[in-house]
Amino acid sequence: MSNNITPATVYPYGPRHTPEMIADLSRRAFEYRLQVLDMVYERQSGHLGGSFSVAEILTALYFHHLRVNPQDPAWPERDRLLFSKGHACPMLYTVLAHRGFFPVEELKTFRALDSRLQGHPEPQKTPGVEIPAGPLGHGVAIACGMALAAVMKKAAYRVFVVLGDGELNAGVIWEGALIAAKYRLDAIKVILDCNGVQQTGSTAAVMPTEPLADKWKAFGWHVLECHGHNVAQVLDALDAADELHGRPAVIIAHTTKGKGVSFMENDPVWHGTPPNAEQYRAARAELLEGANRWSVC
Amino acid sequence: MERLLKKPFGVPVNMRRAYGEALTALGQSRPNVVVLSADVSNSDHSFMFEARFPERFVNVGIAEQALVDVAVGFARCGFVPIANTFAFLFATRALEQVRTHLAYGRANVKLAGAYAGLSDSFDGPTHQSINDLAVMRSLPNMTVVAPADPVALDALLPQMCDMDGPVFFRLCRNEVPVVFDQSYRPMLGRAMLLREGGDLTLIACGVMVAPALEAAESLAAQGIQARVVEMHTLKPLDTEMIARCAEETGALVTVEEHSIIGGLGGAVAEALAAARPAPLERVGIRDQFTESGPYPDLLRKYGLAAPDIVQAAQTALRRKEDGRR
Ligand SMILES: Cc1ncc(C[n+]2csc(CCOP(=O)(O)OP(=O)(O)O)c2C)c(N)n1
Ligand SMILES: [Mg+2]
Repeated sequence: MSNNITPATVYPYGPRHTPEMIADLSRRAFEYRLQVLDMVYERQSGHLGGSFSVAEILTALYFHHLRVNPQDPAWPERDRLLFSKGHACPMLYTVLAHRGFFPVEELKTFRALDSRLQGHPEPQKTPGVEIPAGPLGHGVAIACGMALAAVMKKAAYRVFVVLGDGELNAGVIWEGALIAAKYRLDAIKVILDCNGVQQTGSTAAVMPTEPLADKWKAFGWHVLECHGHNVAQVLDALDAADELHGRPAVIIAHTTKGKGVSFMENDPVWHGTPPNAEQYRAARAELLEGANRWSVC
Repeated sequence: MERLLKKPFGVPVNMRRAYGEALTALGQSRPNVVVLSADVSNSDHSFMFEARFPERFVNVGIAEQALVDVAVGFARCGFVPIANTFAFLFATRALEQVRTHLAYGRANVKLAGAYAGLSDSFDGPTHQSINDLAVMRSLPNMTVVAPADPVALDALLPQMCDMDGPVFFRLCRNEVPVVFDQSYRPMLGRAMLLREGGDLTLIACGVMVAPALEAAESLAAQGIQARVVEMHTLKPLDTEMIARCAEETGALVTVEEHSIIGGLGGAVAEALAAARPAPLERVGIRDQFTESGPYPDLLRKYGLAAPDIVQAAQTALRRKEDGRR
C-alpha cells in the first residue's frame, strides 16, 4: 500500500481562510482517512468510524488553528489539544505525523509490538500527544486543571478538547463542565464530534442526550454549532469560539461516523471492526474519490 | 536506638489539624503547590491552606473523578497539585482516573487520603477505608506513604511534594500521640528501625506505630525482645530491611490499620516469600467490614490494639520455635 499524500502546508493562524486553503485541507482530510484505513487494515485492529468523523476537525486544528511546535512538543506556551475520544487515535497519530511530530513512516507501526503508537494515546511514547486517553470522559476536567494553571501563570495558551458524543454519557464530563463554568475558564474550547453513533448503537438509542445545545447552555457554556465535515465552517467556528469570553465554549460539530465510506457511514459495526480485503478495496476507492473531488479547484 | 522516640509519647495531636498546618507551611515554601478539595475541605483540613492561599485553592464540588483529573491538568502544566478527599474515594470512585493518569500517565499529582483506616469511626464502613493501601500499592509508578504522627507528617509531606511522581499520602482524622522526637529524619523508601530486639520484628505503619511500640514494651516485660520497624513507605518497599529482620530475628508481625490483605501485611508477605521465608503474623482487619462506633472501641473490637499485637507476636514466636524443632 502506498498513498501519495499531498505534502502538508501549515496555514498561519488567523481569520483568513482562502479557497485554496479550504480545498487543500479538505483534500488532505480524505488522504488522512486513506492512511488511517491502511493502518487499521494492516493491523486488523483499530477504530475507523470515529477516526473518519473527526478528520476535518483535526486537520483544521493542526494545520491552521493550533499554536504548536513539532520541534518543541513541550513548548510551555503551546495550545493544548486533549484528544479525549482516545480510541480514534489513528486519525490523531496521522495528523500529528503529517504535522511533523514524528516520521510518517512510523504510522505503519500502529498497535504493533515495540511501537511508539499505542492502541490508545500515551504522551510519554508519542510526541504531540498531551494526555493518556482511552477510558472515556477525562478531557473536560483535565482541561479545567490546565486552564486554571494558565490563569495562575498568566499564560495565554488555549485548551482544546475533542469529545465524542457517546462520551457525553460519562458523568465526569459534566463534573468538568460545572467546574469550567464556575471558574469562567474561557481558555477551554470543546469540539464535540457529534456523529450520532457510539459503540453499540445510535446515541439516541443507547443514551439520549438531546437537547445537547440546551444542556451545555444550562451548564453555563457558550454554544456554537457547525458542519463538522465542512472545513470552512469548522475554521469559522474555531475563530468564533476564540471571540467568546467569560465562559468556556463548546462547538457542536455535526459529523457522520465513518464519513467518506458509504457502507461504513452511520453503522455502529464500523466503530471498531477492521475491514476485510474486499471491504478495504471498496473503502479505498471511495476515499480516493473523496480526495479527488477536492483536486479540481 | 530509641533516640528517635519521644519518651513518654507526647500529648495526642489531631492529625488533620497537623496536616492543615503542614500543608499551609508547604504553600509558604513552595509557590508551585496548588491544593484541591471536593467539598470536604473542612474535613480534610485543606481549608487551612485555602484561608492562607485562596488563589491557589480549587474546590471542585462533590466530584472526585474530576478532582483527580483537574489535578492532572495542573500537574501537566508544571504545578504540584495536592488533591484532598476521603481516602476511600480515591481508592474507589476516582480509581480509574488515578490508574490512567497518575500511575500510567505518571502525572505528578499528590493524593492526600483523609480519614483512612477506621478513623472516620462513627460514619461507619461506608466512609472507613480499609483497602486503600492495597489498591494504591498495586498500581505501577505509585508511591504510597503512611505517616505515623505529626512529626512524621511534617518530615514526609515536603519529600513527597518534591519527588517527581504520583503519591498516595495516607491521613486520618483521629488524635495521634506524638511518637517521634525531632531527631527523627525519615527518607521516603527507607524503613526506620525504632527499637532493637532479636526475638522477632514488629513492622508497623501509620497510626499503628505507637501501639506497636507499646506492645514491644509489654513483650519486653515478658522477656521477649521485639524489634520495631516503621514502614512509612509501603511503596517502594524497603525489602532489604525486611529480609534483614527475617534473617536476624526469624519471625515477624505486621501491624496496620487496614485489611490484612494487600496492605503492609501483604507487602511484607510478598517480600518474605521472594527473599527469605519466615513465620509472619498479620495484625489488621480480618477481611471484613467493620461498623460505626467510638474509634478506640473499634480498634479493640477488630483486633488492632496493643494486646492483639502482643498475642500475634507470641504466635509468631511459637511458630518460629516450632520450625526449629
Ligand atoms: C469509560 C469507558 N467506557 C467504555 C469504553 C468503551 N468504548 C470505547 S469507544 C466507545 C464509544 C464512544 O462513542 P463516541 O464517544 O460517540 O465516540 P465516536 O462515535 O466518536 O467514536 C466505548 C463505549 C471506554 N473506552 N471508556
Ligand atoms: Mg459518536
